[in-house]
Amino acid sequence: MRALTWHGKHDVRMDSVPDPQIVNPRDAIIKITSTAICGSDLHLYDSYIPSLHKGDILGHEFMGEVVEVGPGSSLTKGQRVVVPFVIACGQCFFCEKQQFAACDNSNPAEKVDMSEVAYGHAMTGAFGYSHLTGGYAGGQAEYVRVPYSDVGPIVIPDGLEDDKVLFLSDILPTGWMAAENCQIEPGDTVAVWGCGPVGLFTIQSAFLMGAHRVIAIDHYPHRLEFAKSMGAEIINYHDVKVREALTEMTGGIGPDAVVDAVGMESHGFTIDNILDAVKTTTKLGTDRTHVLREVIMACRKGGRVSIPGVYGGMADKFPIGALMEKGLQVKTGQTHVHKYLRPLLDMIGEGKIDTTFLISHRLPLESAPEGYRMFKEEQNDVTKVVLKPDWQKEAA
Amino acid sequence: MSDENVERARESDAPLTAAVHQRDVAKEVAEDRGWREAALVGRTVTINRPRSELYAFWRDFRNLAAFMENVESVTPGDDRISHWVVKAPAGRTVQWDAIVTEDVPGEVIAWESVEGADIKNTGRIEFRDGPPGRGTEVTATIVYDPPAGELGKLIAKLFQKEPKIQARRELRRFKQLMETGEVSTSEAPDAAPRG
Repeated sequence: MRALTWHGKHDVRMDSVPDPQIVNPRDAIIKITSTAICGSDLHLYDSYIPSLHKGDILGHEFMGEVVEVGPGSSLTKGQRVVVPFVIACGQCFFCEKQQFAACDNSNPAEKVDMSEVAYGHAMTGAFGYSHLTGGYAGGQAEYVRVPYSDVGPIVIPDGLEDDKVLFLSDILPTGWMAAENCQIEPGDTVAVWGCGPVGLFTIQSAFLMGAHRVIAIDHYPHRLEFAKSMGAEIINYHDVKVREALTEMTGGIGPDAVVDAVGMESHGFTIDNILDAVKTTTKLGTDRTHVLREVIMACRKGGRVSIPGVYGGMADKFPIGALMEKGLQVKTGQTHVHKYLRPLLDMIGEGKIDTTFLISHRLPLESAPEGYRMFKEEQNDVTKVVLKPDWQKEAA
Repeated sequence: MSDENVERARESDAPLTAAVHQRDVAKEVAEDRGWREAALVGRTVTINRPRSELYAFWRDFRNLAAFMENVESVTPGDDRISHWVVKAPAGRTVQWDAIVTEDVPGEVIAWESVEGADIKNTGRIEFRDGPPGRGTEVTATIVYDPPAGELGKLIAKLFQKEPKIQARRELRRFKQLMETGEVSTSEAPDAAPRG
């Protein structure tokens, strides 16, 4: 089959690789019909995540048709499914608590040593996201093997086309959980840093959860327009001092909840960010945490900090004093996707949530390397790239 | 007689496998058994299954090869004796007979290699109820006498490189098998790792 494979920093290619096969009883093989490039794929593209091997297939946002099942799968051939990017067994302590992104079993035993050392405990398995999360082949390919297929994939009813449901795999539940982690109360103002897909879905979700106001922060005008069209007030940090603006806009109190939907590769030209950039480039540090510092400083006393943005290593100059003295609550983590699939699919079906506005580019899978380059270099206009394996390159 | 460091470690409510002065613990273990030296490896996992089920699966030693990476086979002779064949580097195998030295249904199984073993070793697996509704805490402790000579070097490569890592990987696979019915893998042919 054809698949998008990683070969090094800013070097991804289309390769011919062996087709996946059923390995364990609960596996299924999915023929991909749509797959997207995620903002977090750019962390792989930029080589911010360790333990990728040359030839690894990327991609963790995908859906398709069931073409083969193991005896323990609950799926049947021909079903259309969206697959959560997190792989979860459904039977461990964590899965029973619906903390699917903490599943204790899905990461193979021989892959967990590194995360046990780095984080104190083993990470959960995920598709196409380095060997830290299991080394599972991803879904930017024609086919993918889905372990524990009786637990993760959600069957999509006829009549809901791919573009409407594809983002159930990651970014829609991730935005939803980020808003849920804000524990929104009537009258609340929520400030969201980053108007990428997750930030935008967080804004949409926060309003659905009853937020009084949402303030969105970014520097790409096109992305800020999206935020505005959803009802958010906007701040372009190139032109406005963010913390001062937020304080003024909230009557001197500060936002009740703040969301870091940016993560480890924050942009911006402040002193701390430039120092972080130098340190990560020279491998003296890993994570650029400008946004994380800013959300903590901006949040009101006793407020809530939600961090859907991805971090992987150590933070320098972390404002622990502000966090403690203001009594902030922090909620973060990879998304417990499985928990949100059914209610979010229902809301899509009822027309309460529409995610299709986000898709700026649809390309054949064969053009995936070009998709990565565009998504990296033209972030203002390229908001989401969806890849279609059954499209011919010439047809695009 | 016990080393002072080991005595002090005993004052904490923690297993000796977590003692700071691991070499002193190993030395004491070796002296107790009359071995040249000893290595001690221990690890606890929580498994979301009843104690009796986990005990029963482990007590049938034939099952061990299903989740232990290097164990080729364990063949029971009678209820107490079993024959172990374990993969060693360079296509070789090491073998020994082990005898069950302690067996409390649902609680503990301990075994020890008999005279003539390629590697002298003893193992103990304990099953305890976790907090209510939290499954079973399973602790495995392996003690072995690292063999000398050419074989010793080969074995060292296999077992001594990261014996702690090996032990926790085996227990993790045991947990996966008991909780999910399968051992998680991303190995080919799922088109995963090519690196």
